[in-house]
Amino acid sequence: MNAVASYNFAYLDEQTKRMIRRAILKAVAIPGYQVPFSSREMPMPYGWGTGGVQVTASIIGRNDVLKVIDQGADDTTNAVSIRAFFAKVAQVQTTTRTTEASIIQTRHRIPERKLEAGQILVYQVPIPEPLRFLEPRETETRKMHALEEYGLMHVKLYEDIARHGRIATTYAYPVKVEGRYVMDPSPTPKFDNPKMHRSEALQLFGAGREHRIYAVPPHTEVVSLDFEDHPFTIQHFDAPCALCGAEGVYLDEVILDDKGGHMYVCSDTDHCEERREAGHVGRQEAAE
Amino acid sequence: MYVAVKGGEAAIANAHRLLADRRRGDRSVPALRLDQIVEQLGLAVDRAMGEGSLYDRELAALAIVQARGDLIEAIFLVRAYRTTLPRFGYSRPVDTGAMLIERRISATFKDLPGGQMLGPTFDYTHRLLDPSIVEAQTDAPALREGATEAAPRVTDLLGQQDLMEPDGDAEEGHVVGDLTREPLEFPLGRDLRLQALARADEGFLLALGYSTQRGYGRTHPFVGEIRIGEVEVEFDVPELGFHVSLGRIRVTECQMVNQFKGSAKVPPQFTRGYGLVFGQAERKAMSMSLCDRALRAREFGEDIVAPAQDEEFVIAHADNVQATGFVEHLKLPHYVDFQAELDLIRRMRAEHEAQSREAAE
Amino acid sequence: MSGEPLLRVENLTRYYGARLGCADVNFELWPGEVLAIVGESGSGKTTLLNTLSAALEPSAGKTLYRMRSGEWRNIYELSEAERRFLTRTDWGFVHQNPADGLRMTVSAGANVGERLMAVGDRNYGRIRATALDWLDRVEIAADRIDDQPRAFSGGMRQRLQIARNLVTGPRLVFMDEPTGGLDVSVQARLLDLLRQLVGELGLAAIVVTHDLAVARLLSHRMMVMKGGYVIEAGLTDRVLDDPREPYTQLLVSSILQV
Repeated sequence: MNAVASYNFAYLDEQTKRMIRRAILKAVAIPGYQVPFSSREMPMPYGWGTGGVQVTASIIGRNDVLKVIDQGADDTTNAVSIRAFFAKVAQVQTTTRTTEASIIQTRHRIPERKLEAGQILVYQVPIPEPLRFLEPRETETRKMHALEEYGLMHVKLYEDIARHGRIATTYAYPVKVEGRYVMDPSPTPKFDNPKMHRSEALQLFGAGREHRIYAVPPHTEVVSLDFEDHPFTIQHFDAPCALCGAEGVYLDEVILDDKGGHMYVCSDTDHCEERREAGHVGRQEAAE
Repeated sequence: MYVAVKGGEAAIANAHRLLADRRRGDRSVPALRLDQIVEQLGLAVDRAMGEGSLYDRELAALAIVQARGDLIEAIFLVRAYRTTLPRFGYSRPVDTGAMLIERRISATFKDLPGGQMLGPTFDYTHRLLDPSIVEAQTDAPALREGATEAAPRVTDLLGQQDLMEPDGDAEEGHVVGDLTREPLEFPLGRDLRLQALARADEGFLLALGYSTQRGYGRTHPFVGEIRIGEVEVEFDVPELGFHVSLGRIRVTECQMVNQFKGSAKVPPQFTRGYGLVFGQAERKAMSMSLCDRALRAREFGEDIVAPAQDEEFVIAHADNVQATGFVEHLKLPHYVDFQAELDLIRRMRAEHEAQSREAAE
Repeated sequence: MSGEPLLRVENLTRYYGARLGCADVNFELWPGEVLAIVGESGSGKTTLLNTLSAALEPSAGKTLYRMRSGEWRNIYELSEAERRFLTRTDWGFVHQNPADGLRMTVSAGANVGERLMAVGDRNYGRIRATALDWLDRVEIAADRIDDQPRAFSGGMRQRLQIARNLVTGPRLVFMDEPTGGLDVSVQARLLDLLRQLVGELGLAAIVVTHDLAVARLLSHRMMVMKGGYVIEAGLTDRVLDDPREPYTQLLVSSILQV
């Protein structure tokens, strides 16, 4: 048996890349609208970022610099695996620095550092349909988007308030894009929603298993759904990052022992490193 | 002192090495050869080809070895490879009527032209574990000389008497869909639905087919015919102006004869359920045909009451590569979202406690 | 209120293949008027209701509706978006089985508030207050607002369905056997409520029923159907007290007078 096929630049064949780019263009033209695309079988499992990988593979060029994060960290295993994949099939430069990257592929977080014009953020999306858990049928949700029938979405929020006294969605918090389409921002914590609004960067969303691509072009209005009298709020942490002292950033809880000892550190590892290099110090460091 | 976790790359590299070691196992035991898998684990190879959607025995065998025998992992490998292959076009429809038949049975007639040929089946074996098969010499099967009797399809025989609904023609100008090239949109045409079923997980279809037999969307099935054998794959070459044969593949075809339907205008006819898979995969072909018929409920104006009749449910969950990807993705870190939930639940509990304290005072 | 009717039905016909559902139905409906469509099962009354409410396409004929703008539209020529909007705001449909007209796994308050949220209301407090007001109007206790209809009795579910339909102030409500499946005392209470609401809100309604007592209590006019055709029509009291057609006479005489 002869050697297995050699791969095109960035793994996908040109035909496929063209098909995906066309889908991306359509998505950019209709912000927040889920464009169906023919997702290819990739060498990593569905559900592990194939959508994001296909989007990145379709837009990446030899001069791009790629950053891949998962849970905000460059060094989590799946981010490492995807970065290695692109290093192998595209031989592009990779980085852990947000400032240096032209393409950032992410799972579940938006970098703390404000993104700039010319940067592209590629989100990995498991379930693109914000109405999915309210209405399981694709035939029905398609119609609801087409006819702008989003009453059901607010019913869910109403129920949360009636039951818990507050809107109980903490991540994958639905947003309205450019006043028209309701979109799922991917399972980023609602803390990150405001970063999507009028970003200078291009935001692309890839859902491989569900065969959908959507986009938020730069400077687009992205508003989290809420009620006038129960406005959208983000999470607040009681203490700053124990390593670098950062405030107003999303923190990971780290369990230190089995007696309830824990500490909070920046989820965005690059941000934390940058701050520490600049001399910022958190309580843990200060204590030593 | 807490140090941020690093070393994901090293961890992965070590995991790969350990995997390679376990895959090989005890070095004093001879390594498997691909031809052994192809020859002696043929049905596993057939399944990897069928659900992998790629006919190549050796490749499927390699996938099975690389996957350490995990068939869904093997199917994944085959699919991922398939994606990279250049596409020349679509073959002509294979003519199962012209099959070189190895096995052919019908439950609807005691005897019929072409006869009932059992072929290499487990059907009438007694399921008693037999260690002797490992050591024993296996004799060559007896050969019978002579021309084979023509074996017309049972559905064609019934069709000649107008007892079976016609196979169905696609609308004028209909282009056959390809679900590996375009995203699925519900409701599906029958071509795309059958494609999805042909690639579907055998266990899933088996369970659904079983459910129809137990009353969850009953279709009164009879096995009109199962035939297994080789068919010619022919390809139209535009430059040549005629078609050429690319070779032969083994397939399993199952035609179910189901509950008859009639109306005021059309006299009653039996209805069809169809299954076609690569290799010898009878269970899959039969399950596929049961599900095919159940999913035609809408066409026949039948009430959709059972899971096997719900097209979106069946087709959206039938692909085991997609399914395993998503199920197993739960292993990936989700601690950011979990942190968001922890935050909420802690606040709600704090509020609850504050309220209880107030109430107590 | 203008001096024009709200609905004009012209030669409305619906076949199922070769089988007749309903044929040649003609009538007008005025604002605030309740029309009962009466007949035994198989008479075509349900087909007629479903065709009138655009759940089914007719085989022939028109149903002209005077929109809030004053414009007359043939409802079968509306786009799907227009039709769905109409069904959510200006029309109501009360199903015989309340589970068909409710979201069973969502609270009573959300069931009533959904239409408001669907047309853009974004104030939780106001939506909840409106829901409470409606629950009160249909005689459901305020403390049930957060309960799911799954936990309600049949009569309560039906009253909730009515509230859900009326919250956007529709001008026309279709009702399919609204008291069917409820026991007699519950029926009476529900009919009283319906009569009160219809009167207060000036609703036009088309009520399908096999029960002449329901027709007597609720409707101003009625049509009697048999075999898909309207065989008699007129003021309810007149038709029930002085039926002209032999079939109507049979219907009327075979039930207890109310």
